[in-house]
Amino acid sequence: MGEKQVDEITGVETTGHEWDGVTELNNPMPKWWVNLFYACIAFAGVYVIFYPAIPMINDHTRGLLGYSARGEVAERIAAHSEMQSVWKDRIAAASLEEIREDPDLFNFALASGAANFALNCSQCHGSGAAGNVGGFPNLNDDDWLWGGDLESIYTTIAHGVRNEDDPDARFSMMPAYGADGLLSRAEIRDVAQYVMNFSGRATDMEAVERAAETWEYNCAACHGDDGRGDTDLGAPNLTDAIWLYGGSAEEIFNQVWNPRHGVMPPWLERLGDTTVKELAVYVHALGGGE
Amino acid sequence: MVSLQAVKLTLFGVATLFALVAAGRAQDQMFAFHMMIFATLALIFFFRSFKPRALTPLGVGPAHPSEERYEISVLRFGLIATVFWGCVGFLMGVIVASQLAWPALNLDLPWTTFGRLRPVHTSAVIFAFGGTALITTSLYVVQRTSGAPLWSRNLAWFVMLGYQLFILLAASSYVMGGSQSREYAEPEWYIDLWLTVVWVAYLALFLGTLFRRKEPHIYVANWFYLAFIVTVAMLHVVNNLAVPVSFFGAKSYSAFSGVQDALTQWWYGHNAVGFFLTAGFLGMMYYFVPKQAERPVYSYRLSIVHFWALIFLYIWAGPHHLHYTALPNWAQTLGMVFSIMLWMPSWGGMINGLMTLSGAWDKLRTDPIIRMMVAAIAFYGMSTFEGPLMSIRAVNSLSHYTDWTIGHVHSGALGWVGMISFGAVYYMAPRLWGRERLYSLAMVSWHFWLATAGIVLYASAMWVSGIMQGLMWRETNELGFLVYSFAETVEAMHPFYVIRVLGGVLYLLGGLIMAWNIWKTIRGDVRVEAEHYTTVPGPVSAPAATPAE
Repeated sequence: MGEKQVDEITGVETTGHEWDGVTELNNPMPKWWVNLFYACIAFAGVYVIFYPAIPMINDHTRGLLGYSARGEVAERIAAHSEMQSVWKDRIAAASLEEIREDPDLFNFALASGAANFALNCSQCHGSGAAGNVGGFPNLNDDDWLWGGDLESIYTTIAHGVRNEDDPDARFSMMPAYGADGLLSRAEIRDVAQYVMNFSGRATDMEAVERAAETWEYNCAACHGDDGRGDTDLGAPNLTDAIWLYGGSAEEIFNQVWNPRHGVMPPWLERLGDTTVKELAVYVHALGGGE
Repeated sequence: MVSLQAVKLTLFGVATLFALVAAGRAQDQMFAFHMMIFATLALIFFFRSFKPRALTPLGVGPAHPSEERYEISVLRFGLIATVFWGCVGFLMGVIVASQLAWPALNLDLPWTTFGRLRPVHTSAVIFAFGGTALITTSLYVVQRTSGAPLWSRNLAWFVMLGYQLFILLAASSYVMGGSQSREYAEPEWYIDLWLTVVWVAYLALFLGTLFRRKEPHIYVANWFYLAFIVTVAMLHVVNNLAVPVSFFGAKSYSAFSGVQDALTQWWYGHNAVGFFLTAGFLGMMYYFVPKQAERPVYSYRLSIVHFWALIFLYIWAGPHHLHYTALPNWAQTLGMVFSIMLWMPSWGGMINGLMTLSGAWDKLRTDPIIRMMVAAIAFYGMSTFEGPLMSIRAVNSLSHYTDWTIGHVHSGALGWVGMISFGAVYYMAPRLWGRERLYSLAMVSWHFWLATAGIVLYASAMWVSGIMQGLMWRETNELGFLVYSFAETVEAMHPFYVIRVLGGVLYLLGGLIMAWNIWKTIRGDVRVEAEHYTTVPGPVSAPAATPAE
């Protein structure tokens, strides 16, 4: 061990050790540091008395406050339910029409519907309910696959569409005209022109004429002679500019050749009747409700 | 008496055969690929064993005279690897940050998705850059503060190269989709086993060198390095206990399940921060700061007390990562109070680091290396205050799962770990290659400012984004309903994600400047620079400046 030396700059003694030229001063620990350290330990000691902390053989200390994270959540949920129960109870007892007519209930249903939509529906239908490319319908317009009145919207939300979980789910299935060999490639190409003609976008009028018979025998039963569809059957209206899977000749061809079908889960069991009612009123009020 | 050569030939021959058999019977491509790497390396060493020759020191010329007693070739390799992995890690960070801002950059390829590249980034910065920096500096420091060369040159090379192999195996496995899904411990079982072997060799090498020391006492930096090596060994082994599905396949299942698994993971995860990123780098600080400042360490007593307090308290703080989860409340409480008690022990290192500069504060104006080290200590102090704060249950209910955590981690990683390592690299480079000084100190200054600006952009963007995210998640209206959907919170964070990318780019630029500077220093070039830089202590400068009269 080397000699203890006094550092010339600070006037503090070193410990007398030296490693590769590095020495250490013999300064005391800073007072504020020691005191804060003790304060933190004291805080810990007190906190441990008030909160569940020490493991025992079969249990643990509960703490003077009797706190538990689960208990805290349960309390908050209870307070929250209590606050909303005045509205929830009335909505549970009211019909969809009554909710719509009562300004207070309507206001509450819109708020609840918006929150539940953001939580459960926006993943597919978008935050603004404007839908998404690839079969997720826009809910702001007045184009409805399964009906746009309150009852129809409620049923669709409650039971969903083409899911395997709910026997009452909406169901329809368009045949795969091409993939299953019901129509030839040329016939489907003509039908696509026929469909485009509903919205005045056909580029080949001869094809439209050729497809008239094919339409009548294969498509009109569900989509109607005029192509306006049928919400009882979930058959889309083909005369407007709103398309689930795209409106170009090629996209229409693909959809006739081997149709894609959207699926929506049932929500009644998961969210309960009251919330589904609120969602129905909210979606109805987005702009296209009938 | 069997010759060493015969032993080596047998060892590498058998290893080659084993690896080839394993590759042949492999259950999956990744395992086959990795076993072929093992086989190739074993074969290379098999043939090398026929004609033994010493590994020549990297770079040109001998080391500085002051280094002659010590083993330096492995350190030269380690320093270059540190700089290289740093740049790789920062680049990966910029890439994954860009993917978060612009998801199209996932490129729709399985190998380049965020889920695979994110562990490449974290492992590259923590284990490749940080780990190589720790191994390199610890071997540098332990020799010099013990006054003895490394215990075994071959073992040192085994540790250094074995660790690099671990990094390559880990990174390639992530890209190929292999992962244990344990944060900061993603590599599969056989890679973990390899690291265990390397790590035990590292411990033996470090202890062996300490036993040969000429000094009666063990220097404080070595306490920290030793705590880092021992604890990481324990954490690594326990957290990675797993049962492989097949001995010829990559997939394994953890020995733990449910909340025990979660607690094991965060016991590991938090102590990886505590013993890898804190204790290890404090070891670095305790040597390079007094050396660069040419001042004695501020307080011996403080270093003892804060060392032991840190070691005893850190290991219990992990449960604060599991507030409001299935973890029992009592364990959450203990995790929180231990984190709070940890505040001052952490700050002990900051005080000792900063106060070591008393009498040398003027160097901040002239020495960009000291500036870098001081910034590192400042960021260390900030992160170790923020950590206990975030461990408080009520604060955690806002901060948890948000970008605030990411900001916290990066102010520690970029600010503390990065800056102190840069300082050590700049200190060692001219000494290891026997240069008069660094190629350019102006470039160190540029590196400092780019890195600092990068951290400020990064951390402030993540604080704002994280707190906003937490507030948006819990925002309810007067009727008691949530106001925002998850997608809306993501949309709101986009501008901050872009700022984060910018911060990362600045930090990466600083890293590239360092790489250039180190490269030129190794080549022996010296840039003509302003006069005030000539006062910066280098290998050939005068010993400790005499105080002003």
